[in-house]
Amino acid sequence: MASRKESSGAAGGSFAASKGKGKAAATGDSAVKQVQIDGLVVLKIIKHYQEEGQGNEVVQGVLLGLVVDDRLEITNCFPFPQHTEDDADFDEVQYQMEMMRSLRHVNIDHLHVGWYQSTYYGSFVTRALLDSQFSYQHAIEESVVLIYDPIKTAQGSLSLKAYRLTPKLMEVCKEKDFSPEALKKANIAYENMFEEVPIVIKNSYLINVMLWELEKKSAVADRHELLSLASSNHLGKSLQLLMDRVDEMSQDIVKYNTYLRNVSKQQQQKHQYQQRRQQENMQRQSRGEPPLPEEDINKLFKPPQPPPRMESLLIAGQINTYCQNIKEFNAQNLGKLFMAQALQDYNN
Amino acid sequence: APAPAPASAPAPAAAAPAQSPTAAPAAPATNAAPAAAPAPSTPAPPLSASLSGPFPGGRVVRLHPVVLASIVDSFERRNEGAARVIGTLLGTVDKHSVEVTNCFSVPHNESEDEVAVDMEFAKNMYELHKKVSPSEIILGWYATGHDITEHSVLIHEYYSREAHNPIHLTVDTSLQNSRMSIKAYVSAPMGVPGKTMGVMFTPLTVKYVYYDTERIGVDLIMKTCFSPNRVIGLSSDLQQVGAASARIQDTLTMVLQYAEDVLSGKVAADNTVGRFLMDLINQVPKISAEDFETMLNSNINDLLMVTYLANLTQSQIALNEKLLSL
Repeated sequence: MASRKESSGAAGGSFAASKGKGKAAATGDSAVKQVQIDGLVVLKIIKHYQEEGQGNEVVQGVLLGLVVDDRLEITNCFPFPQHTEDDADFDEVQYQMEMMRSLRHVNIDHLHVGWYQSTYYGSFVTRALLDSQFSYQHAIEESVVLIYDPIKTAQGSLSLKAYRLTPKLMEVCKEKDFSPEALKKANIAYENMFEEVPIVIKNSYLINVMLWELEKKSAVADRHELLSLASSNHLGKSLQLLMDRVDEMSQDIVKYNTYLRNVSKQQQQKHQYQQRRQQENMQRQSRGEPPLPEEDINKLFKPPQPPPRMESLLIAGQINTYCQNIKEFNAQNLGKLFMAQALQDYNN
Repeated sequence: APAPAPASAPAPAAAAPAQSPTAAPAAPATNAAPAAAPAPSTPAPPLSASLSGPFPGGRVVRLHPVVLASIVDSFERRNEGAARVIGTLLGTVDKHSVEVTNCFSVPHNESEDEVAVDMEFAKNMYELHKKVSPSEIILGWYATGHDITEHSVLIHEYYSREAHNPIHLTVDTSLQNSRMSIKAYVSAPMGVPGKTMGVMFTPLTVKYVYYDTERIGVDLIMKTCFSPNRVIGLSSDLQQVGAASARIQDTLTMVLQYAEDVLSGKVAADNTVGRFLMDLINQVPKISAEDFETMLNSNINDLLMVTYLANLTQSQIALNEKLLSL
């Protein structure tokens, strides 16, 4: 009780201190090496999606906690209402402020350390997520975004991942310059856009006691969905999403190719124009007339706009995530199939 | 019989869907003074008529584990000197039971002679929560500690103004009898009308319900009970499949043990268990070896093909990346 209060006060101080440390570390590693989540937060996130999320709408919420050394401890969270009603007078910031103020009264850590979001089959690498996470990380060095996959969880095992933007990407976002040259300079590939932070779950002793109590009292049968062999539906949907993304990617590539072709065509035109000018000037000189003034080449030939590269990076990142998920899923299924084979051999 | 309420029509519970369930004073386990029973029913005959269904043992309270975790967490964060914490319970009501799905703690001060609850805070928090889940209503309140004190009666009265016949939940964090007992009550007035009146808290049955995903989450969190520093990481891929199969193996060993005991006569045979076992064995399908081979091979081929395609796509985008940065 009192010790908790002290630690949250000290955490306030160490939070500022670690911010300084974090800035120094920003050039090299990331400020957060591990994320520690309370069991309570996991249950709350699960409940929020279960009750308020349907289909492929995402549910979001705010994570509260504190930073200890290089570990981010998440001790509580609260959900955000969805934007379905489009209430003009609903003020998000006010809701947050009120919630945090009220929670402070009951001694809940009121330090904003990140946010969580549910995802549909793993499709979370979007511009919106990037922007939100950037603003969070800009304000609070150590913030993470927790991605909760309810469909994968329903299949048998909790799927919760914590992501941060890499320092390189943070730099690029700060400049707001997404042209190809800037990205090439920063040397960003789709693999080093997000980094995943390992998660551990920690419970206090009293919560453990409560869990034992629950175990004794509730006679809910064990669920064995993880071992079910009927999984083609899930695989089919994932592949469908992957195909859509690959289509988008190819469109993007075509756009980039057209841009390159336009640039090279323009170069040729410029070159021709310059040559013609020189010839004319030589002719005029031979005739004794003053040479034509050199016109500004660039005004004549406006260079075409390079397409923003951020979109294609995001698409590549998303495709990568899909592929990872599919491979993981397949590995599990192969294991299950071999087990079934072993059983059948034994029967025969 | 002192049963004015349940004897009446069970159907028109629809008349009072938004109201919290009123107590069924006809809890025969408690020998309520029969004189008291007519008293609560007379001032509100339409309510008792709309009291739904027969509840011989009292209403059932269905509790989600997230509520308990919240309560324990707020207890751990209580102010110095506070012996217990209280808070509001939120959830939904339906015809036969009350489902508690959420809660939040409310600051309060308790001393020997008086108790003060910050109701303004409670109202504010409820409004905020309503924005996220509009279907949840105030069902009652909770308190940690193993007893119901006089202050509880006062607080219960505060809450009767918010919810119709609120539920009171106690979670024993002081671990009396080395158990954390979780009990739920509704209050019923008792005593001699006109003279000394009192309030009696009748116990309700508490059941624990889980959503599927909640079950999986609780299973995972439960693992911290077994690790030395109460920390677990999230496993991946085949580890999960391995863990799940280990669980099934354990249950199978238990069943085998039981079968052996019955055979050797240590345990009396039970027909229902025997029938379940028969069902279990018959569920393994009898497929001819070639058919199974074909099915297995086609499935494995599908999976391998998909893995190959995924790898191909990944190398494609890597190549694309390299080309663009030339």
